Order: sequence, then C-alpha cells, then structure tokens
Amino acid sequence: MIKVENLIKRYAGQPAIQNLNFEVSQGEIMGFLGPNGAGKTTTMRILAGFTPPTSGRASVAGFDVFEQSLQARAHLGYMPENVPLYTDMRVTEYLNYRAALKGVHHRRLAERVGDVKELCGLKEAESKVIGTLSKGYRQRVGLADALLAEPDLLILDEPTIGLDPNQIRQVRELIKNLGRQHTILLSTHILPEVEMTCSRVIIIHKGRIEACDTPDNLLGKIRQAGGVVLEAKIGNDNGEEQLKKIAGVREVVTDGENDWKRFSLRVESGVDVREAVFRLATDRHWVMRELTQRRGTLEDVFVELTHPDQV
Amino acid sequence: MRKFYTLLAREIRSYFHSPIAYIVLVFFLIVSGIDFYFQVSFMNRSQVQYTIQEAFFNSVFFWFAFVLIFPLVTMRLFAEEFKLGTIEPLTTVPVHDWQVVLSKFFGALVFYVILWIPTLLYFWIFPKITDQPAAHSGGAYWGSYLMLLLLGMFYLSVGCFTSVLTRNQIIAAIISFCAITLLFFLGLVQFILLDVTSTTRDLLGYFSTIEHMGTFSRGIIDTRPIVLYVSMTIVMLALTYQAFQSRKWRL
Repeated sequence: MIKVENLIKRYAGQPAIQNLNFEVSQGEIMGFLGPNGAGKTTTMRILAGFTPPTSGRASVAGFDVFEQSLQARAHLGYMPENVPLYTDMRVTEYLNYRAALKGVHHRRLAERVGDVKELCGLKEAESKVIGTLSKGYRQRVGLADALLAEPDLLILDEPTIGLDPNQIRQVRELIKNLGRQHTILLSTHILPEVEMTCSRVIIIHKGRIEACDTPDNLLGKIRQAGGVVLEAKIGNDNGEEQLKKIAGVREVVTDGENDWKRFSLRVESGVDVREAVFRLATDRHWVMRELTQRRGTLEDVFVELTHPDQV
Repeated sequence: MRKFYTLLAREIRSYFHSPIAYIVLVFFLIVSGIDFYFQVSFMNRSQVQYTIQEAFFNSVFFWFAFVLIFPLVTMRLFAEEFKLGTIEPLTTVPVHDWQVVLSKFFGALVFYVILWIPTLLYFWIFPKITDQPAAHSGGAYWGSYLMLLLLGMFYLSVGCFTSVLTRNQIIAAIISFCAITLLFFLGLVQFILLDVTSTTRDLLGYFSTIEHMGTFSRGIIDTRPIVLYVSMTIVMLALTYQAFQSRKWRL
C-alpha cells in the first residue's frame, strides 16, 4: 500500500529525514514512533502529497505521491497534526464540504457523512460551530474527515494527542476496528498505544529508521529486555555482590537510603532468576517485601534506540 | 467542476461567516452614500455639465473608498489558510491547485459584485429626491459597471497574489494596498512630472484608471482598457498559481 524508497527531505539544507526505506502492506496498522522532531510529520506530509521530497520516491496504492499526486491523494485519508479545521463552519456543514471535495458521489454523501458522524461519536455535536468545540471533538472531526471517502489508506498524525485518557481509549478502539478494513499509518509518541494497536512499528530517530519490526520482535531484540526488581531489608549484607553471583544476572543497581533497599537486576533474556533470588534471600535471612519480574516494554526499546547513553 | 463549485460556495459563505464582510459592506455603503449625497446637493445648487453617474464614479471620495476595498476583501484568502494550517487538509484532497486559486478569486469577485448591488439603488432614488429626471443613458450605466467589474477583477487578482505570498494578513493587506494605490494613481504621474514628453504622457494615459473610469462612465466603451484589465488579471492569477505551487518545488 505504501512504498518508500531512499526518501530524503531537507529544509534549508538541514536534513529532516535521511534515506528512509520502508513498505506497508494492505491491512497493516503501522505505528510510527519517534521523539519530537524525528521526522514523523515530515514523512507523513510527503506521503499525503503536501510537501515534495528532496529526493527519493514514495508511492501510495501504486501511485507516485509526487508525479501522480491526485490519484495517490484519492486513495488516502489524512489527518494532519493538530487537526486544522475551518472554525467558522458547523460540523455537518464541514463534513459535507469535505465529502464533496473528496468526490463522494452526491447520492451517497448524506449516508457517508451520517456514518462517519456515528462512528466518531459526533452525533451530539453535529450542528455546533467547529470553533466552539473542545480539542477532543475537533480531533474526532479530523478523524471523521479522514474516513469520509472510505480510503484504502489512513494516515493519522498523532491521533490521540491532547485527548483525555477516556477519549484516548475510545480512539484506540476505533483505530483497531478500522484496521480491519483499512491500512493505517499512525504516528505517536505514546508507547502503550503502539503496543496495543499496531501490527508493526517503525522507530525513527533524527530522520533515520532505527528499527522496523513487530512490537514482539522488537522486545525480543532488545539487549536486556526486562529484569527483576527486589525490595528487601538486608541488614549489613552487601546485597549487590551477593546478587551478582546468581547465574544470569548481568548488572545490579541499588536504591534506597534506609533499611529497605531496592535492587534492579538486569538479566539475560530468557532467564528467570526469581527462584534463585528467593533462595538467596532465605539463605541470607533477608526480609523480602517485593519480588517482581519487569517485562520489557516498547519504552525500553524506544529509550535504548533514541538515547543509547541512558541505558 | 463539482469540486470547483464546492470550493467556491465555501469561499463565498466564509465571507459572510466573518465580521470583515459586514464591516466592509457598511463602510462602503457609508462612503458611497456620502459621495452620492454630496454630488446630489452640489447638482441641486448649480447647473453642471456632467451626469450623476460621471459625478458619482469620478470623485475623490469614491477613489478613496474604492482602493481600500481590495486589501480588505483579499487579505485573508490564502494568508488565513496558511496561518491556521487549513491549507494542509485543503491540498491533500484530490483537487487541482488551479481549482483552489480560481475558487478563491471568483469567491472574492462574487463578494465584490454583492458590494456594488446597493449602489444601483442610488440611481433609482435620484429622481425621487431631486424631483427631476436624471440625465442618464443606458450606456453610462453599462460602461460604469463594466469598468467596475474589470477593475475589480484586476485588483482582486493583485490581492490574491499578495495574499499567497505570506501567512500574515496584515502584510498581505499592506502590500496589496500599496500596489493597488500605485496602479490606480499611475495616470496622475503626468500631472506631477512637468517635463514629460508627449509619448510618455500618452503611454501613461493608457494605464490611467482615472481616465478609463471617466470614459466608461460617459458611456464610451473602449476595448483597449478591457483587453488591458482582462489580460492583467490573467497574468496576476498565473503568478498566484505559480506562487501557490511553489510549496511543491523540490528544493
């Protein structure tokens, strides 16, 4: 559905994205992950036909986004960052206008507008002026707009930014449901969102792709996916030294000033050291109040890839 | 064509959604009303050699109001879309750039025409308030309003062009105001420069809006200004289109 080859974009000589190569196939929900200024919006704008790339090629549904821009645009629904809307129009008026621009057949127009209002929960706000709507509702109008022409591909730039937790959950559910019929490329820097919704993830940093894989594989790849946390009262023992003796433990970090010490253990992937830790604690007569296995999250992957020195 | 009409309808409607339209309408009615009142009261006092149309469309009052309309009408066209970011959803739907440019231009033109409709009333009430039939001819009406349409097209296209250059409406308004004022008063240069040759004077005469307005409001329909203004409108719209496309230049 999307094919990107050697895509480069420079702003006034400054590279925004450098040599991007990726593909998104039909029916995938692709998450686009990266810190602010990594080049997510730039890439999406190129794909939506808003800005041209400096060099390289990108195509949507087989149409080059620059050479055959109109055909490519006809296949996609784009929701830009911060959802700019005409604040003087009413919701239904705006959606009717957008549907006509996207070439929705006039016989089907009312039906389509009704459908997307239903889907995005805009029924109660349909006759309100957009300028008076809250951020959450504007976001929904933007999403409804993107869905109007039943595009094959949805490009959503930060669809959940500025929403409250309930709304985020609703939008996430909506995106998951949409993923059954549409190919979706969405950008975000909210990590749990990607883990929950996306079938594949691209991590982009400083304009380069750092990783591109399924969320599970990414977690597997990370050098130290997860670890064990132990909180115990150990008296005068040197806990760090003892813990390091356990096979599989690579590194121990100690916190806590008073009697209770908190140890974060980094372990080799695939090894469960909790039993060994428990035996050690009973042997040394430590008082334990917490022993948890911490699952590696996409956040670890993200931090490791984008700030390697902090790991 | 359906997409073009959709865009055009939205442009026209957006004028009436914003207070600017009403401010311009009221301002223009006040100034043209004062202009008309002065002309009528002057004609009541003494015998004149010209008709009410000539007097109405060729006074300083009228010029003053006239050149001010265009920046006010056109400044928001593109600048507002750039500022609000709505240009992004607009240019990522399958519409051609020329459709966007033309819809904005014709939207402004429709608003401009609406602005003039109330002035027709003046000529209708003239005999009623003076108790005398106006010295009028059909040609003078056609000529005056045709000239207004031609000038409107040209100056609105200048306004379109300045609006596409910036995301700041004030800057767009100031540039178009300066440009339109210069163009409008170009014909007066011959009165300021004393030592101009007759060729230069003739040349400037061809561009003199004031002179064109004078001829047309006497009912003389000259094809030269028609060609000038129509072709200049096309040139300005072509420039607007190019500037609008410049965001797609591969730099």
